[in-house]
Amino acid sequence: MSPPAAVGELEFRVAIRDALAEEMERDESVIFFGEDVAAPGGVFKATPGLQERFGEERVFDTPISELALAGAAFGAAVTGLRPVIEIMFGDFMGLPMDSLVNQAAKFWYVSHEQGPVPLVVRSAVGGGGRFGAMHSQSHATWYQGIPGLKIAAPSSPAEAKGLLKGAVRDDNPVVFLEHKRLYSVKGPPPDNGEAIPMGLARVAREGSDVTIVSVAKGVPDSLGAAELLAGAGIDAEVVDLRTLRPLDLDAVLRSVEKTNRLIAVEEGPRVGGWAANLLGAVAMESLHDLDDAWVVATGETPIPYSPPLEDAFLPDASAIAEAVQERLGRR
Amino acid sequence: MTRAGARSAGEPRARIAAEAPLRQEFLAAFERMVLIREFEHEMHRLFLKGEVHGTTHLSAGQEAVPVGVCMALEPDDYVAGTYRGHGHALAKGTDPARLAAEMLGRASGVCGGRAGSMNVIDLEHGLVGCFGIVGGSIAAATGAAVTCKRGDRVAAAFFGDGAVNQGYFHECLNFAKVLELPALYVCENNFYGEFTPMRTVTAGESIAGRGAAMGIPSQVVDGNDLWAVHEAAAEAVERARGGGGPTLLECHTYRHYGHSKSDPATYRPKGELERWLERDPLDVARRRLEELGVAADDVEAASAHAKERIREAGEAARAAAYPDPAGERPAEFAA
Repeated sequence: MSPPAAVGELEFRVAIRDALAEEMERDESVIFFGEDVAAPGGVFKATPGLQERFGEERVFDTPISELALAGAAFGAAVTGLRPVIEIMFGDFMGLPMDSLVNQAAKFWYVSHEQGPVPLVVRSAVGGGGRFGAMHSQSHATWYQGIPGLKIAAPSSPAEAKGLLKGAVRDDNPVVFLEHKRLYSVKGPPPDNGEAIPMGLARVAREGSDVTIVSVAKGVPDSLGAAELLAGAGIDAEVVDLRTLRPLDLDAVLRSVEKTNRLIAVEEGPRVGGWAANLLGAVAMESLHDLDDAWVVATGETPIPYSPPLEDAFLPDASAIAEAVQERLGRR
Repeated sequence: MTRAGARSAGEPRARIAAEAPLRQEFLAAFERMVLIREFEHEMHRLFLKGEVHGTTHLSAGQEAVPVGVCMALEPDDYVAGTYRGHGHALAKGTDPARLAAEMLGRASGVCGGRAGSMNVIDLEHGLVGCFGIVGGSIAAATGAAVTCKRGDRVAAAFFGDGAVNQGYFHECLNFAKVLELPALYVCENNFYGEFTPMRTVTAGESIAGRGAAMGIPSQVVDGNDLWAVHEAAAEAVERARGGGGPTLLECHTYRHYGHSKSDPATYRPKGELERWLERDPLDVARRRLEELGVAADDVEAASAHAKERIREAGEAARAAAYPDPAGERPAEFAA
């Protein structure tokens, strides 16, 4: 357990819990279930106390049956509830895929818009925890190409709270990624505690020389890189996409119009990744604004276990800063 | 069947069925079975004419199962069906004209032509969907049962014998039992998973035995006997509404057509179809209605009425407009 947050600071895992509690308080139709989430409070201790507060009918533990979990969420969502489920690790998101892709994502369109599918699937994702190849990856790109699904990946405690509230209120299935290395991060609480709607990127740091785009832990890493780059006289802008679908392309285009350089930072392989896809979309829309565009990603292998191997595999602030300097010929 | 009228197990069937209101109800159920049979014949005919596209999976021969189950349900209960789902939709109350229009890809279809034969959704009538993936209906009904647990509604899943070897079956039945969800799992065991005999790919003595292993009340039912299906379903629904959790019914039945439109069903042993045709669920129901004293004229009138409705449905569907791609403004997301 990490030390308690300083007065006025919000811990990421507490932001998750607060968002769920506030939405459950606000709306009787919100329910929450998953493996080890109720009585044990979640393997990352994000959800303790919710069952005591809202009762066993609304917060409950389930069998280790990811497909049943997703199917139950789908069936409950189309009949009037707003389920939030936890699929413990993002790596497990292959198991519930049929229900999420063929049932939840297609329902609104195929039914000719007969009804919404308000469900949220929370998962812990990302490397750096020495969890090895099957507990460290991100499933964002597995789901990004699915019309009808939304994908959110918060980058800070305040963002986590606002985006999770927004995901719960959204009338569509939302795949919600919580980076493991962020759970113990503390930061300022949100200004107003309001829900953040899906599909609106934000500028996390203003700058004029280069635009660094990322999500989740990639955003604090990019902010760290921007600080390092500032020392070298490079003024980086950092755009936090917040959601990968819908993708706020306009926010990226606005930034690139100003900086003319785009770097997308992805914790995952470049091939088939969201970062390369984003570059393609920017090129289609604004090639005239681009002097340069590239991707910082991981290697094209599964995530290794050994600490030196894993550390070398994952992009971090210094790796991002070095990539920028190298690309700009400042080294 | 009203909720208050749901019967307890063991009551003498003959006495119950002799009650006049029930006679009317079974006559109406018979008419619905004819409606499904005629719908399937009409779709077969229209498919051969090139009016139904892609593929289609017909349920002729299996009508007693969805009709018997839906007789035991209320309009606000939920069902989930399969890609062999025309009967599931019609049994739950979907308008045959709108269903026919959907098969033909018309704008007036129940899903505006977006769904087609395999993926029909009709929330207004409690059909949360028909699923093109084997076993998907089991999950959808399980989730609907999570909602139903808040009130006194129930959710039923229809699925074939092929689905019992999917993760959906095992995960969801266990999930429903540990949570005591008000769910009814209705296996339409027609003895073939697509082109393959059930026995060659399904371990164990029975499908019902798999439910029993999880502590779920489970039974084998004569799926060609409307009365047998209804009785088993009514008992299961009553248990579910009373907080007694899920039930698994393994209904033995047979599809008269092949698996899909590309399947002439040459894998069936000689004489098998003929033996099943001797127990055609429509004939079984017809004989039973006569035994119960329903006038032959009334049975014929019900049958004729159903046939006329399908004739009209087919005609209306053919006359209906296709969706206009230029006029379609589909929204990726619900707002």
